[in-house]
Amino acid sequence: MQNGSPFTPASTLAQPIAHLFVVVGMVMIAILLLVTALVLYASFRYRYRPGAREPHQEFGRRGLEIAWTVAPLILLVYIFTITVHAMHRADPEVSQNRLPDMLIVGHQWWWEARYLDSHVLAANEIHIPTGKLFLVRLESADVIHDWWVPQLGRKMDAVPGHPNLFWLEADAPGTYLGTCAEYCGAEHAWMRIRVIAEPQVAFEGWTAQQLAIPSTAAMSADAKDGEKLFQKLTCSNCHSVSGFTQDTGVGPNLTHIAGRETLAAGVRTNTPENLAKWLANPQAVKPESHMPNFQLTNEQVRYLTAYLETLQ
Amino acid sequence: MSDVPVTVGAQTLPLTKREHTSSMLRWVATVDHKKIGIMYLVTSLIFFAAGGIEALLMRIQLAVPGNSFLSPNAYNQIFTMHGTTMIFLVAMPVLTGMANYLVPLMIGAKDVALPRMNALSLWLLVFGGLFLYFSFLAGGAPSAGWFSYAPLSEKAYSSSQGLDYYALGLFILGIGSIVAAINLIATIILFRAPGMSIRRLPLFVWMVLITQFLILLALPALNASLSMLLIDRLLNAHFFVTASGGSALLWQHFFWAFGHPEVYIVVLPAFGMISEVIPVFSGKVIYGYEFVAASTVAIAVLSFLVWAHHMFAVGMGHPIDTIFAIGSMLIAVPTGVKIFNWIATMWGGAIRFTTAMLFAVGFLVMFTIGGLSGVSFAAFPIDWQVTDTYYLVAHLHYVLFGGTIFAVSSGIYYWFPKITGRLLSEKFGKAHFWIMLVGFNLTFFDQHFLGIIGMPRRVFTYPNLPGWGTMNMISTIGAFIMGIAVMLFLWNILITLLQGEIAGDNPWNAWTLEWATTSPPPEENFELLPPIRSRRPLWDLAHPENPDWKHGR
Repeated sequence: MQNGSPFTPASTLAQPIAHLFVVVGMVMIAILLLVTALVLYASFRYRYRPGAREPHQEFGRRGLEIAWTVAPLILLVYIFTITVHAMHRADPEVSQNRLPDMLIVGHQWWWEARYLDSHVLAANEIHIPTGKLFLVRLESADVIHDWWVPQLGRKMDAVPGHPNLFWLEADAPGTYLGTCAEYCGAEHAWMRIRVIAEPQVAFEGWTAQQLAIPSTAAMSADAKDGEKLFQKLTCSNCHSVSGFTQDTGVGPNLTHIAGRETLAAGVRTNTPENLAKWLANPQAVKPESHMPNFQLTNEQVRYLTAYLETLQ
Repeated sequence: MSDVPVTVGAQTLPLTKREHTSSMLRWVATVDHKKIGIMYLVTSLIFFAAGGIEALLMRIQLAVPGNSFLSPNAYNQIFTMHGTTMIFLVAMPVLTGMANYLVPLMIGAKDVALPRMNALSLWLLVFGGLFLYFSFLAGGAPSAGWFSYAPLSEKAYSSSQGLDYYALGLFILGIGSIVAAINLIATIILFRAPGMSIRRLPLFVWMVLITQFLILLALPALNASLSMLLIDRLLNAHFFVTASGGSALLWQHFFWAFGHPEVYIVVLPAFGMISEVIPVFSGKVIYGYEFVAASTVAIAVLSFLVWAHHMFAVGMGHPIDTIFAIGSMLIAVPTGVKIFNWIATMWGGAIRFTTAMLFAVGFLVMFTIGGLSGVSFAAFPIDWQVTDTYYLVAHLHYVLFGGTIFAVSSGIYYWFPKITGRLLSEKFGKAHFWIMLVGFNLTFFDQHFLGIIGMPRRVFTYPNLPGWGTMNMISTIGAFIMGIAVMLFLWNILITLLQGEIAGDNPWNAWTLEWATTSPPPEENFELLPPIRSRRPLWDLAHPENPDWKHGR
């Protein structure tokens, strides 16, 4: 897992932005040093000394002033040129007939991902094959969110009623951390993203595994009780388990929840203990989240945890 | 204190002396621009304290990862109120207050053109601010951020009344600002003393004038959008309700059509203060008056053409992004011109490092940092990475705190003796400056890096990733150091009012008209105006051998 920044790009889309940032950053630092040096020099050199003569009153010099108007202008023309260049490389145009590979929908406060070819459903943790440009259609189910994985390229707003397209690509296998970057209400802090890039073969293996329906054959007695509870309680009003309940799109799909690294969009690591805490009182783990406290008994929590842990 | 020099009439005693003999009613009922100006300043100081306490609460919550000092709801209300307070109840009124007090004095007028409207705009500010803060008692303050993006600000996602208080409160403040703008424009156009031509206006007055036109054109856009939001929320309309066909982006376009000129509304008068302070303490006339004045107009015009640079991440497409990048880059040119002109003014001078000058010099460097990081946003692929992160938080605080607040601090140390008749303590003043400079940079400089390594803004907590906890802790320590600096400043004001050194008419040997009258000035400002034959009438008086008007200025 890497602690990403735009300066450690892991994508052909993030690379040009890193380059642009370095060049603009160096220009900025150079100008800052120049201004600071001039200010400090003037401050020390031209300090008032007792008995000094009245300074010469200079009203300005037209030529000099035109020079320090034009010089920044030339510098900005240069920055503008490299900006446009970086824009084309960081955010390539999408041809009209190119269909998206994936639909990502921002929800308060989690990410839904639908692979449009394979029909895999995922949440918060998104797998992609390395070295392949994935075209993502980004939507929102409620308020404005923003997709941002610094090492993989630009951020893009998920605006309700205004779907956006953007490219997603990673050069090297790894887990890339990201987050929602547009303030979207109470739990904006816990809308984390993980992009897991893996070689094509591994990605295909993951896809096949995601499409398989977890086997219920070897379930423990607790897990069997949990499965019954899942049907009996209102869980499936929002959450679906493939081959078992209809997809609702309201809450995260749970078909393979046990295989995820984190719970509730990054609030906790996914362990049976944390899952039990979450089921017992989601509002204590992620206040204001849309999962209510169902006042489950300790027994019910144990059964449901056992069941959900079988969903690999 | 019997040793107080009484120059002209009894009303020129220092402020505190007068206060003992005046009733509250004289303040509440006044239409004197000086009293109204002081009330503006006191109001913004009180709200500055409120906004500052909110900032410290946020910094306590963010000091360590996973902290639970504040609930997410409380944090979100507090960060929203911090931003809204600092913009609308501190930055705008402190500048309007300074303008109110100083503009008539600097142009040789008795008062503003419309004194009763002046009182109206002050009281709209006071009650608008109280109305906004009443939301805390009425079920919760607004919590959708200071720019309240739709549809988060709509009833479906913000069901408490906080957003209604926000919309109505800002609406009231907006009317107050527009009234004040009309008044200042009328005053500057109509009430200049004989000889005070437009080309001889002190630069502070010039920049205030330009700013009032920005207010006049930008605030109605805000008030129109606030009305639409209110109609959506209270009457179930659909301007910004996406679920029933409204547009989320429409709000952003409307809001930033106001919001970007707003940045210059709270920065240009600060530039004006710097343009007064630096020449006086350098002992030199401003370098390139015409360039400084004209670049202000250029900034004002450009400020209306760059609003969508706040929206580079919403997916407007390359052509629109590119157009707004051009405008945003161009605006750096007239701003850079000012920085160079101010430095050129110091060059070859005899610089007296009073507290006012220290803050002005601090401003030069701090504002440059904010301006330069601004250029990096205009190179918009960089914006695609760092917008809505702590890099942006750092940028905006270098502009609005390192810029506006440093400049206003400079202005307050400079004009406080004129307003109260007493000189703020230089000893406390210098401590205030250095502690503030250290605290400010500790708080905000590392936030550039915090944003770059992935921390988004407006989060009530954050995961324990490498470096995040350390940098946030540094910011929190810095914020408390700034708190100490503010306490020192308040203490300085208090002891100065009680026993500060008497200032006299012109303690700094300054050159503009406000220094030609007593400190504080009498009811109608001037007993007698000096002849105004150049931009520096008092320089001409003091230097009959080398007056400015000989140079045609």
